Amino acid sequence: MILDVPELSLVALVGISGSGKSTFARAHFKPTQVLSSDYFRGLVADDENDQSASGDAFEVLHYVAGKRLAAGRLTVVDATNLQAHARAGLVKVAREHDVLPVAIVLDVPEAVAWERTQSRPDRTFGRQVLGRMSRDLRRSLNQLAREGFRKIHVLRGLDEIAAAEIRYEKLFNDRRSEHGPFDIVGDVHGCRAELETLLGDLGWELARDDRGRPVDATHPDGRTAVFVGDLVDRGPDSPGVLRLVMGMVAAGHAICVPGNHEQKLARKLNGRKVQLTHGLPETLEQLAAEPDEFVTEVRSFIDGLVSHYVLDDGKLVVAHAGLKEAYQGRASGRVRSFALYGETTGETDEYGLPVRYPWARDYRGSAAVVYGHVPTPTPEWINNTICLDTGCVFGGRLTALRWPERELVATPAAKEYYAPVRPLVTVPDRLDQGLDIADVTGRRHIDFGYGRTTVPAENAAAALEVMGRFAVDPETLVWLPPTMAPCSSSTVDGYLEYPSSAFADLRAAGLDRVVCEEKHMGSRAVVRVSVTGEGDAIWTRTGRPFFGPELDEPLLARVRAAATEIMAELETGWLLIDAELLPWSAKAGGLIRDHYAAVGAAGRTALPAALDVLRDAAERGLDVGTLRDRLELRSAEIDGYSAAYRSYIRPTDGLTGVTLAPFAVLAGAGVSYAKKDHDWHLAIADRLVAADPELFTATRRMIVDLADPASEEAATDWWLSLTGAGGEGMVVKPWAGLGVTDGKGRLVQPGVKCRGREYLRIIYGPEYTRPEQLERLRGRNLGRKRSLALREHGLGLAALDRLAEGAPAWRVHELVFAILAAESEPVDPRL
Amino acid sequence: MLLTLTTTHRPATDLGYLLVKHPEKVHSFDVPTGTAYVLYPEATEEKCTAALMLDVDPQLLRAQKDAFELSQYVNDRPYAASSLLASALSKVFRSALRGNSKDRPELAATPIPLEIRVPVLRGTPDLITRLFAPLGWTVEATPIPLDAELGGGDSRYSDVRLTGVLRVADALNHLYVLLPVLDDGKHYWVAPDEIEKLLRSGEGWLAGHPEKVLIARRYLAHRKSLAATALQLLEPEVAAPTEEEAELPVQRRAPLAGQRRDAVLAALVESGAARVLDLGCGGGALLTALMKERSFTEIVGADVSSRVLEQASRRLRLDRLPDRQRGRIRLIQTALTYRDDRLRGFDAAVLMEVIEHVDLSRLPALERAVFGHARPRVVVVTTPNVEYNVHYEGLTGMRHSDHRFEWTRAEFAAWADRVAAEHGYTVTFRGVGDPDETTGAPTQLALFTTTEATGEASTDTVTEVTA
Repeated sequence: MILDVPELSLVALVGISGSGKSTFARAHFKPTQVLSSDYFRGLVADDENDQSASGDAFEVLHYVAGKRLAAGRLTVVDATNLQAHARAGLVKVAREHDVLPVAIVLDVPEAVAWERTQSRPDRTFGRQVLGRMSRDLRRSLNQLAREGFRKIHVLRGLDEIAAAEIRYEKLFNDRRSEHGPFDIVGDVHGCRAELETLLGDLGWELARDDRGRPVDATHPDGRTAVFVGDLVDRGPDSPGVLRLVMGMVAAGHAICVPGNHEQKLARKLNGRKVQLTHGLPETLEQLAAEPDEFVTEVRSFIDGLVSHYVLDDGKLVVAHAGLKEAYQGRASGRVRSFALYGETTGETDEYGLPVRYPWARDYRGSAAVVYGHVPTPTPEWINNTICLDTGCVFGGRLTALRWPERELVATPAAKEYYAPVRPLVTVPDRLDQGLDIADVTGRRHIDFGYGRTTVPAENAAAALEVMGRFAVDPETLVWLPPTMAPCSSSTVDGYLEYPSSAFADLRAAGLDRVVCEEKHMGSRAVVRVSVTGEGDAIWTRTGRPFFGPELDEPLLARVRAAATEIMAELETGWLLIDAELLPWSAKAGGLIRDHYAAVGAAGRTALPAALDVLRDAAERGLDVGTLRDRLELRSAEIDGYSAAYRSYIRPTDGLTGVTLAPFAVLAGAGVSYAKKDHDWHLAIADRLVAADPELFTATRRMIVDLADPASEEAATDWWLSLTGAGGEGMVVKPWAGLGVTDGKGRLVQPGVKCRGREYLRIIYGPEYTRPEQLERLRGRNLGRKRSLALREHGLGLAALDRLAEGAPAWRVHELVFAILAAESEPVDPRL
Repeated sequence: MLLTLTTTHRPATDLGYLLVKHPEKVHSFDVPTGTAYVLYPEATEEKCTAALMLDVDPQLLRAQKDAFELSQYVNDRPYAASSLLASALSKVFRSALRGNSKDRPELAATPIPLEIRVPVLRGTPDLITRLFAPLGWTVEATPIPLDAELGGGDSRYSDVRLTGVLRVADALNHLYVLLPVLDDGKHYWVAPDEIEKLLRSGEGWLAGHPEKVLIARRYLAHRKSLAATALQLLEPEVAAPTEEEAELPVQRRAPLAGQRRDAVLAALVESGAARVLDLGCGGGALLTALMKERSFTEIVGADVSSRVLEQASRRLRLDRLPDRQRGRIRLIQTALTYRDDRLRGFDAAVLMEVIEHVDLSRLPALERAVFGHARPRVVVVTTPNVEYNVHYEGLTGMRHSDHRFEWTRAEFAAWADRVAAEHGYTVTFRGVGDPDETTGAPTQLALFTTTEATGEASTDTVTEVTA
């Protein structure tokens, strides 16, 4: 005996104790698919037979069943399920997750069950209990359908049970195996002429009957048409539209989902009482001219329509009024209702029309949802959903979407066939405008294409405070600079970081050509400038505005002026530039005074005072030689330290003296420049310097061939002279660009920094160059820093990609937010 | 890292007996953060100077990083006098600190001419004088220049010379307490037993010190509860002063804060709200008041900072509330520049002194989140009235360093009217605090009420045209 079971369903086994439910479940389902009441009783009460624990046990069982069904997993409940209230609990769980409840009844002779029960030492109930169960089972059999079970299989006797086989059936809406390509057509509303034109524009060839009426259409490329419903009402030829679409569907050239207008028409044709409004009278009048057989065909066509389809490996969902993620691929009354009418709030507006909840704004699903139902002037992608109803019957256009090309094709209406009840405009400002807190808070797993990461809740909490209180508008903040790891520690005498280690690191990553860029010691600045100036901003490493509007605005204006020609050449309305703002003291003046210079002042005063004391003591003949040597060394070290921080201080007054050193151009309108090599990036930087030499500082650089020792040596000498003159050091980057991958396709570090010997005094302390200290520092662990740097880099690249694709703001923001959250990780800040 | 103690009491070399450190030797001691030395640069009949020098080993300092966050960075610990030096002092001069002297007991009990020099001590000359002068010291404190190459100015350190006629033990106890107080950064975790140490070292002088509040708070690393206990032990009959009284001479905030809270509560009660949001609840000052009002059945405090939410939770003693009370209140972290579904469906929301902490450019996002998305029936907004600022003597700039703007009454009204119009509310205004004829009241309050009957809904929803 074949038992048909929908692929996603909640299967309730029904049978008396000893009827073999567990054995049956073991034989036909995976152990993890089966939830047994005995097991759950054991779980909550340490005793599988403790009936007093049943309440708690079923509560947990229902909870687990709910989690499985929400994840789309078939679930089998192994319990007697002989009581109506027990089954009602299961039907409720199934409905809550919009899956079909199925019952499989195992009906065995009571004597057999009693024999089995007696052979089990843990079953202590008497024969009369079994008798009661049998009576319950009899009573249950004819209640199941009424209780909501959509499929009921009754296996009578041991032979039927032994012979049973489960056959899984797909849901009607599951067309994941169909890949089109598709031409998805918006609400037609009886506009047959426009539909013919649109199909023609899309390359379809119409087939006509002997009266010249179109009855089918074929596409030379074998495309499939998809109709989003509302074929009828209001327009001049609803029967003509139906005839064509029904023909295409019958021939397998099209698929169609029902709209609310078809639904209402079918109710009317089925003899139900409906209000004759919203263009239905026109349709009925037109149908009256058709033969009865046609009307019958229409009725059965509409009755056979499935609420929505999941297509193209689950990448595409078509439903008349859209469909939220939890309902996709599910079947229930409310799924159908959502697909037909959308989610209404229960209110009506001033025109007496229902108010809809904007489900698309909250849509976070990976499947694109294509729908109609709400007339909009222009179709727009909102969170991976798009509405194709462009109000053809109201004098707008009939629109189609080519899938997977995502191209829109439209035909204007010949005229306004029907006056809208309310003016056809008012899509309130962009639905995906503004960001939802749920997209950033709590513990979150993010798959960003270049990798996966988990943002711990406490890091998200810390980032939220920065983002909420200090950052520039999150929708402007499309990228944050990743942290950068230093090169491996060097063993060169007297040095902690040295070019040879940086080159070795990049060589180990499989690179042969690198660019050494002078590392400017200032404050990281990300600059967004545009042709119009709208939305321009400059922000810090942590997304904060730079100096405040009174200085940021004029600074941006100058960058804009210098970049105008470049933007024109790159054909972009805006540019995102990665740069260092100099001098360090311009932004970090307070930090320098309160921290670095303060330490210097204390050291430069305390050490001479202590040496004076030692000198007097020595004159008295006390032996203080060792201590004095140590303090004299300290005194020299604090002087070196003071010289180091002083190198990065220059007087500034407002913007006078402030310069920007750009070194990468990250993105423009619709494009990420991550794949461009560094010659390209630096060439643009040079052009900015040429355009405004006062504002921009050039980045000195040297290209190194890692296979050529002479090339490396030249770069090492260059680094020594840079750092000898007080420079911070250099960054060594893969020459080929920002998003370079290794042989296995993994991202490599976008660069490693190699900092100068004197500069590192302000990081590791004035005395870090002592041999014993250097030795200890060489053991520093770079692993965490490197992994953090790579993760932040990948998140940033993904943010640029999503930005280029025109992804909704929250998709970019979740990545930028994750970068900020990553900065809360406990990593040695000196690295 | 260095202090010297000089006496001209004759014979001056008796100082060696009092300190139990022979003037002709170099004494060294291992301490947890390095090596301490006691040596005498001068030791004659007329004048004797003992120097305590602490050679801080950054490696040892770093080893204590759990207790001392700064150790990850370059810091002034090896150079400035601090709790490190105070700890070394208590170890090296243990018996002298207690006033004990086996060899010169009478001298130990006698005030003698002393000069103390601390070449690098954190603190302004003013503060250093306020702390040491009441104890009988003549204070000479010279600010140490920051760095001539940074365009001049003083650093936060002073070169300090104290002269006076005091007992050596008193001098050492003053240093033991006041060095860490001036440095204001303890290198170890301050546990409750520090109260005892403070009271022991402060015996005889701390109770009468005019700056005892500051001393207790700083010595106990700003742990308010410890400081309050210490102060009460010092002077049981006087209640511990509040933070404002201790740190801010200006007394204006406390009464205004109370008036503001009362005004907001009154507006909420009038509105008949039962379910109330306190947006930007901070440490929970308003939440405490809301909890006392039985008509509020559901109270949600929201803030962007998880740290202040923890403070609020402690203040409200959430973990000790009985179930029924506990069920009335929730604290959530949110940022008002994001939509948050958890904030929907409330009767009223309060934005008390919140909007001025949001950048003007981010205010529209807050408007959308609160008035567009959360859409409570009533919104109460308070913000400073900048016109009133002229009454605050000595106030330059805004009332708080994190204020992004402060508005005149006209500016506030223009904003509120626009927001009300855009989101379907009506708005009325009130002043909070004692009003002045020309400048108005110090705080301004706007009361927004939805114009829709239902309160639930609709600039945030779409109207459908077909049907």
